[in-house]
Amino acid sequence: MLFEHISFEVPPGGAVSVSGPNGVGKSSLIRIAAGLLRPADGEVTCPPHRALMAEAAALDAARPLGAALHFWATLDPAPAPSSASATARVAKALEAVGLAPIAAVPVRLLSTGQRRRAALARVVASDAPLWLLDEPANGLDVASVAMLERLIATHRAGGGAVAVATHLPIALPDAIPVVLG
Amino acid sequence: MSGLLALIARDVRIAWASGGIVNALAFFLLVTILFPFAVGPDTALLARIGGGVIWAAALLAALMPVERLIGPDAESGVLDQLAVRGISMAAAAAAKIVAHWLGFGPPLMIAAVLAAGLLGLPPQTLGAVELGLLIGTPGLAALAVATSALVTGLRGAGAVAGLVMLPLAVPLLIFGAGSIDGGAQAVKLLGAVSLVLIAGAPFVAGAAMRAGME
Repeated sequence: MLFEHISFEVPPGGAVSVSGPNGVGKSSLIRIAAGLLRPADGEVTCPPHRALMAEAAALDAARPLGAALHFWATLDPAPAPSSASATARVAKALEAVGLAPIAAVPVRLLSTGQRRRAALARVVASDAPLWLLDEPANGLDVASVAMLERLIATHRAGGGAVAVATHLPIALPDAIPVVLG
Repeated sequence: MSGLLALIARDVRIAWASGGIVNALAFFLLVTILFPFAVGPDTALLARIGGGVIWAAALLAALMPVERLIGPDAESGVLDQLAVRGISMAAAAAAKIVAHWLGFGPPLMIAAVLAAGLLGLPPQTLGAVELGLLIGTPGLAALAVATSALVTGLRGAGAVAGLVMLPLAVPLLIFGAGSIDGGAQAVKLLGAVSLVLIAGAPFVAGAAMRAGME
């Protein structure tokens, strides 16, 4: 048993910050919220459309960054009829994480930090109301962490919710703390 | 639906780009070339066993890409991202079967023409072999994807894949090779075996992929 008796609710515009030492089940909690793991007992209610940023980038190494992100953007369930086309969403997300100039570079040539930002761009491009971020600050430099905080704030200001599992400090104003272990 | 088409297109592109298709075809032709060396250059004998040789070689070639069909996507988090987007693993497995067949079936049927020439098969035998391959390779592709999903994450997955897949492919081999001079009945049985594999494999593979996430 990793953890038990955990209960929380994230309102629109809200945030949850999952913290605790290594191996205590932060990633597992995020995976349960994403519907990838079944909890041994209990209930999870989530909007059907959510975006996950996990340790693996899940971007095809041989493809240009823009095309790799576009593949996922076409698979994203469209949240609203007014929402922009997949191409426009990817372009905007690349702009937001500062990777627009290297959209044509194959994913395998990206650095660790750039790969993390690319995974973040996939989350931004999804337009999902719920973001599930597993250690999003890993491998990011100081400026990129500030950018991550800005993106989360913008997402919440637009009524989106976010759950973040992290051992690095990330500014999440008014976040509900969930401390494991 | 458009999502599954995007998934199929992606898998076909990866199969081409990684050279997996060319490798499997080269292996297929090599196996068929080995037989004349082993049994001797007896034209009549080669023409008689040639159809069966092509089927056995096709089965071995189908084994080549099994390790790469599901494993890389499970490791790189692609399957997780598909599941988060509400795509069932059975649907993803079905898309992978279609993509794998597109990159394996038609090229193999073209290579079989070459192999028939090397073995000196008479034209009517070649016709029967091609018809059998057209019916049997979708079943073979389905079996390959299901096997790949089952062995993903195991150490020495390639070796285990052979042990899992080859016994299950025996009915395809029997009715495939049998259809060459067995007439319409054998072709129907081959079609039945192929259909069973195609209908069952997406669910077997989907359940295995789902279990692999946990």
